[in-house]
Amino acid sequence: MSQKRIEILGELIPLGSRVLDLGCGDGAFLEYLQKNRQCFGYGIELNDANVASCFERDVNVLQLNLEEGLKLFEDQSFDVVLQIDTLQHLKNAETMLKETARVGKMGVITFPNFAHWPNRLSVLKGRMPVTKHLPFEWYDTPNIRVATFNDFQDLAEKNKLHVSKAFGLVGERTIAVWANLLASTAVFTLTSTSLT
Amino acid sequence: MSFYVQTQIMQFAQALPLECGASLASYELAYETYGQLNESKSNAVLICHALNASHHVAGQYRGQNNSEGWWSNMIGPGKPVDTNRFFVIGVNNLGSCFGSTGPVHINPATQKPYGADFPVVTVEDWVDAQERLVTRLGIEKLLAVMGGSLGGMQVLAWSMRYPKRVRHAIVIASAPNLTAENIAFNEVARRAIVTDPDFHGGHYYEHGVVPKRGLRIARMIGHITYLSDDVMNTRFGRQLRRVAGNLESDSLAEQNYLYSTQEVEFQIESYLRHQGDKFAEYFDANTYLLITRALDYFDPAKAFEGRLSQAMACIEAKFLVISFTTDWRFSPSRSQELVKALLDNHRQVSYVNIDAPHGHDAFLLEDPQYLSVVRSYFKHL
Repeated sequence: MSQKRIEILGELIPLGSRVLDLGCGDGAFLEYLQKNRQCFGYGIELNDANVASCFERDVNVLQLNLEEGLKLFEDQSFDVVLQIDTLQHLKNAETMLKETARVGKMGVITFPNFAHWPNRLSVLKGRMPVTKHLPFEWYDTPNIRVATFNDFQDLAEKNKLHVSKAFGLVGERTIAVWANLLASTAVFTLTSTSLT
Repeated sequence: MSFYVQTQIMQFAQALPLECGASLASYELAYETYGQLNESKSNAVLICHALNASHHVAGQYRGQNNSEGWWSNMIGPGKPVDTNRFFVIGVNNLGSCFGSTGPVHINPATQKPYGADFPVVTVEDWVDAQERLVTRLGIEKLLAVMGGSLGGMQVLAWSMRYPKRVRHAIVIASAPNLTAENIAFNEVARRAIVTDPDFHGGHYYEHGVVPKRGLRIARMIGHITYLSDDVMNTRFGRQLRRVAGNLESDSLAEQNYLYSTQEVEFQIESYLRHQGDKFAEYFDANTYLLITRALDYFDPAKAFEGRLSQAMACIEAKFLVISFTTDWRFSPSRSQELVKALLDNHRQVSYVNIDAPHGHDAFLLEDPQYLSVVRSYFKHL
């Protein structure tokens, strides 16, 4: 994630939050939140090299498999639960969305928007898109849940999750209108209405 | 790279009150240190040992081949816990048979070896004794306390009894208490020792014998639980023991059984007997009873009606918890109980579940991923 994107997403996180970052990667975003937004948190990450990188950044990291849920975490025990480009890798994407709402008072979810216009163009030409944000071929992609900006809104509604912010990103610009067409990345912040 | 070390003995004249109500009027602790304590005394790492280990953690003894410490792959110059940077202390626990005061030593009250009269010591007692040693070495705050299995329980006890004196707690292949199955394995081992005719109620020293049969069986059952089914199958499978004239072919189908109920037939039997024999030569039976009991008794949540999170609320240290996927004696889910209690208390914790085939033994073995995790954790300290 570019520094500019880290800053854009960082703005969404209230100062001093307790943060759980699902699929925290190398821990760069949590490190930024700890240093710049006085947050305290933990990352969950499966990849060995990323775990080592978290140690070096002084980021607490838990090597757990997200497919097994968040059973170690109590209801509403975090101010913010992050799913930064994680959702598309999860077999149980809907369960994890519910878990995010259960554990966090707020959720921040980002994922590649499949309806971004270059992707549409590619499909129109009869080919699955291979782009900067979806750089894989259809047969080797780790993105097993490909969704659009609008699809996610439907899923949030189905689960009675309150979308407090929804916008897109393309490069380092935020996209407020026509995000389903113009954004390469979808960004949602959620608050759970069923639990609050 | 090997380096030479020497065991030291520290004597304590002040009585140590024990959890069982008794106290040790005076005692000695055997220990070793590696590396240099820095001027601010802020680089000390204490290593707690498990069931059958000792204070001899790293390095080797001059003039003794094959005398490397039990955690030499982890600790030493340039190792994951780098003694060029850290001052590492290995300490032998009370009740052991490797130098610290234990059942083989003379009871000042009777002028005879303690034997079965050595008081029942607990993990907490050990930690209290270690704390005096650390204090005497001039260390106020330990940079880290680290241990595997029973050693990990001592780390946990350190962080709860002396919360202000531990900065980092590294708990490997451990658990907040033993399960019934785990106690059951310990009990089989103890019964093997206690029912050996050479045990003499624990006072075998004066009879000039050692309950070796019991010790051998205790070690055999223990050893089975330290390995995984996969590792045993890979290493031994159904291989028959190879002795001259017995097996001429490599083909399993052509190997003949002895059709004996008492001869060593399978390789696994031979291996276990060898492990048992080796162990019975150097380990003390009373020590085995004491240490397995300390394992059984450890249960910090007991005083909080089983609520581990409440028990661990006093902790200040930052934790690294490590488990191994195939460890069924101290399974990953037990380590995750510790992680959960730390999360519940908003404490700093990292957790790594190493994908290793070797079962509980993995914490002592040369697993590159495991060693690299510890290395990268210590790098940032």
